Amino acid sequence: MTDWLEKHVPKLVLAPSLIAIFVFVYGFIGWTAYVSFTKSRLLPKYDLVGPIQYEKLANSPRWEVALTNLAIFGILFILFAMVIGLILAILLDQKIRTEGPLRTIYLYPMALSFIVTGTAWKWILNPGLGIESVFRDMGFENFTFDWLVNPDLAIYTVVIAGVWQSSGFVMALFLAGLRSVDGEIIRAAMVDGISTPRIYMSIIIPSMAPIFLSSFIVLSHLAIKSFDLVIALTGGGPGYATDLPATFMYAMAFSRGDIGQAASSATVMMMIVTAIIVPYLYSELRPRHD
Amino acid sequence: MTDLSLNDAQMDERASRNRLMKRVALRLGLYVLLILFALYYLMPLFVMVVTSLKSLDEIRTGSLLSLPREIDFSSWGKAWSSACTGIQCEGLRPYFWNSVMLSIPAVAISTLLGAINGYVLAQWRFKGSNILFALMLFGCFIPFQVVLLPMAITLGALKIAGTIPGLMLVHIVYGIGFTTLFFRNFYVTIPVELVKAAKVDGAGFFRIFFSIFLPVSPPIIVVTVIWQFTQIWNDFLFGVSFSQAGTQPITVALNNIVNATTGVKEYNVDMAAAIIAALPTLLVYVVAGKYFIRGLTAGSVKG
Amino acid sequence: MSNALKKEMTSPSAEQHILSVENLDKSFGSVKILKDINVAIEPGDFLVLVGPSGCGKSTLLNCIAGLEKATGGDIRIGGRSMNGVSPKDRDIAMVFQSYALYPTMTVGKNITFGMKVRGVPEAEQQRKLNEVATLLQIEHLLDRKPSQLSGGQRQRVAMGRALVRDPQLFLFDEPLSNLDAKLRVEMRTEIKRLHQTLGASIVYVTHDQIEAMTLATKIVVMKDGIIQQVGTPNEIYNQPANMFVADFMGSPSMNLIPAQVEKVGGTAKISITRPDMDDIVLDFDREIKGLTDTRKSVILGLRPENITDSANQHITKGQVADCRVDVVEPAGSDTFVVTNLGGKQVTARLNADAQITAGETANFAFDLSKASVFEPESGARIA
Repeated sequence: MTDWLEKHVPKLVLAPSLIAIFVFVYGFIGWTAYVSFTKSRLLPKYDLVGPIQYEKLANSPRWEVALTNLAIFGILFILFAMVIGLILAILLDQKIRTEGPLRTIYLYPMALSFIVTGTAWKWILNPGLGIESVFRDMGFENFTFDWLVNPDLAIYTVVIAGVWQSSGFVMALFLAGLRSVDGEIIRAAMVDGISTPRIYMSIIIPSMAPIFLSSFIVLSHLAIKSFDLVIALTGGGPGYATDLPATFMYAMAFSRGDIGQAASSATVMMMIVTAIIVPYLYSELRPRHD
Repeated sequence: MTDLSLNDAQMDERASRNRLMKRVALRLGLYVLLILFALYYLMPLFVMVVTSLKSLDEIRTGSLLSLPREIDFSSWGKAWSSACTGIQCEGLRPYFWNSVMLSIPAVAISTLLGAINGYVLAQWRFKGSNILFALMLFGCFIPFQVVLLPMAITLGALKIAGTIPGLMLVHIVYGIGFTTLFFRNFYVTIPVELVKAAKVDGAGFFRIFFSIFLPVSPPIIVVTVIWQFTQIWNDFLFGVSFSQAGTQPITVALNNIVNATTGVKEYNVDMAAAIIAALPTLLVYVVAGKYFIRGLTAGSVKG
Repeated sequence: MSNALKKEMTSPSAEQHILSVENLDKSFGSVKILKDINVAIEPGDFLVLVGPSGCGKSTLLNCIAGLEKATGGDIRIGGRSMNGVSPKDRDIAMVFQSYALYPTMTVGKNITFGMKVRGVPEAEQQRKLNEVATLLQIEHLLDRKPSQLSGGQRQRVAMGRALVRDPQLFLFDEPLSNLDAKLRVEMRTEIKRLHQTLGASIVYVTHDQIEAMTLATKIVVMKDGIIQQVGTPNEIYNQPANMFVADFMGSPSMNLIPAQVEKVGGTAKISITRPDMDDIVLDFDREIKGLTDTRKSVILGLRPENITDSANQHITKGQVADCRVDVVEPAGSDTFVVTNLGGKQVTARLNADAQITAGETANFAFDLSKASVFEPESGARIA
């Protein structure tokens, strides 16, 4: 008995967490996926009726807006955060004497809640007293910057705030990557008389492919989960102009009382994330030969 | 024309001076660029702080970026103790304490579980343990929308819906993946021979954990605690989904203050409230930035 | 019935063995790491397991320690079967390659940790600690943390941790491979001295054949989970069981020269090709297994020291031949010369002051009294 116990202690210790994960992650995903095939409205129903919720979703203009917004937001957010992050990392990598303080400044937004970020940018971008009035005071009388309340442009304000918050993080990743490039290769290139920009373009940046991948994964994951930022910045509005799948799902679940739509939209989100994360995790955790 | 009369030494000198000038200009440009970026990142914080110190009158008449004519702390007091989050007007104070009471136990429990899980997954592997780790890790990445509905039902069934312990449970469960990842990646860097030596010395599973692994863990404990604290403090989705009037965390209360529709819009109070909500995590970042960054990067890159 | 009889016959001898490994198998899934391993040592033996990395030597050691479970067979320590016995109850102590010192404990705590776990009284712990510290000359280090020690000091502490245990059997897993070359030689001597003064029984794993030769009373050469040869250092060096052992043990390694052999009038004649000259023909006066009158391809194994310049007086029954010198490598105490024989590079070991120039032809003496002959296909020794 004690032998058995001794042998299985590691598994027993792991068991509670594993059970929790199996129930609260996989069990719940299963539940949501199951319910997305029922007629559930205000209360969950458990009779499978086929993909009617998905058909309804496909015909919903609001969902279409949410998906379009996700595409716009996702692409611009990832692109700008990566470009700015990479530029900052390269600039900081030039033996800058004040690197420490600068890095601290670039990265602090990451410590903030998206609600705080959203609140701050909502104030800065408000058309009455924000940036718009700053420029008007400077003499640009006709300057207008009303993206926040313009249904066609409001989603871009989410991009602005999102990039502001996350680009420093990308910088930190890239900077770590730049620092881990083998110094000998760089010295060899310098001895060969290759210029600094050239060294970055042809040697350093290509060697950071894994970091591009990691940043892409993290940023796309942030984009899909984006919820708080939209709520705090635009509340999904004007109307539902800045809805993302995450806010759509929340609205269906908690304000519209449409469990079927909430479950099916959540399942779609889950599938998008899975398509991105699973190959990544697989490549990261694949057993390597020792 | 005059160039022709210059001798070699002079030409060399001129060339090197040109090179020097070019280098200085380049460095200067570099620093200007870096400082512009710094201003871009600091601007919102600056705006928040100055706005919170202005009176409403000055906000309406003055500029967004100007310093306050006279410093007025009253909006801070209001944000802390009397701003309205809806029908209640008690400021952020009760919600601040809600967040404190929520995050401390949740951070402690999820860190502890992560430590012991990481220890097993790094040093006591068994058949299938890598797959179990991958499954746990995947749990970190799911969009939490997919668990909101069943979680709401489960919390209801457990009779902890809308309570702080209920919210705590949610944070612990969905924090385990990351905490396990942190500890596991830390413990795999410790040679397996250490466990072997201790086994030969006669120590068992728990003794090895408590006398050998835990004492080397402070760096990763700090990283994990900071990460979990930031995550839980800044969370909004779980807070807004699983709390009710008296038990809301600070992020939800902040959002309610900002979006309160009654009365005059008090931007200075909004900004003061936002800063108060951000203060604990900002403080952690300033004090232990190194560990904060390590957590961020560890969460995305395999150690 | 026959099984019981077998047991009866083997057990008395097993009792004299401090360690016996019987028909040990170990596999990970479908991969066989160890195949039918049989080794035994007597008290006071210094057994070295040697082989290239991945040959299974560390796995074998871990099985002996109980840190890995064998798939089949038995391990006995002090005559007692270790089946299902946990490492702490095997009466062993182990020294690891990375030293595996507990990083947060002082040197003293590291050494006494095992005794503390086993509940040895405090006074006894201190007495043993002092005894071992004196023996290893680490008294002044007892309050330091492992991170404050040099590599050699860590190595001593790791040995101290094993010595306080006073076990039946010591296990060493490549203990010197993390040290620099000079320290490695010093610690090697130290370990040898400890073995001699304590008379301890030791199983020692290394991939370094020089360590194996200098330390062992008995060597096991392994490859791909199979024992290639068991013997004293002398046997292993002079009568390697196959081409693998011949090539692996000794530095520079043994020359393995393709050759032809035939019986001419009762004695074996070995002929070796050389570029631009006739074949060298050497007499071989020992029996070659399976040799008939027909010409046969073999591999002649000749250590560098058995090929030397003909002026060398150590060679008594040398047979001489001219060879072209390709490369000359002075090494201080000796000069190594590379020539081409049988289509392969062959190294000869000459006196340091040998007058010889690359590109010229020189007269070499071949001492075949210590040569080995191998079957080319199987690699097995046939003489």
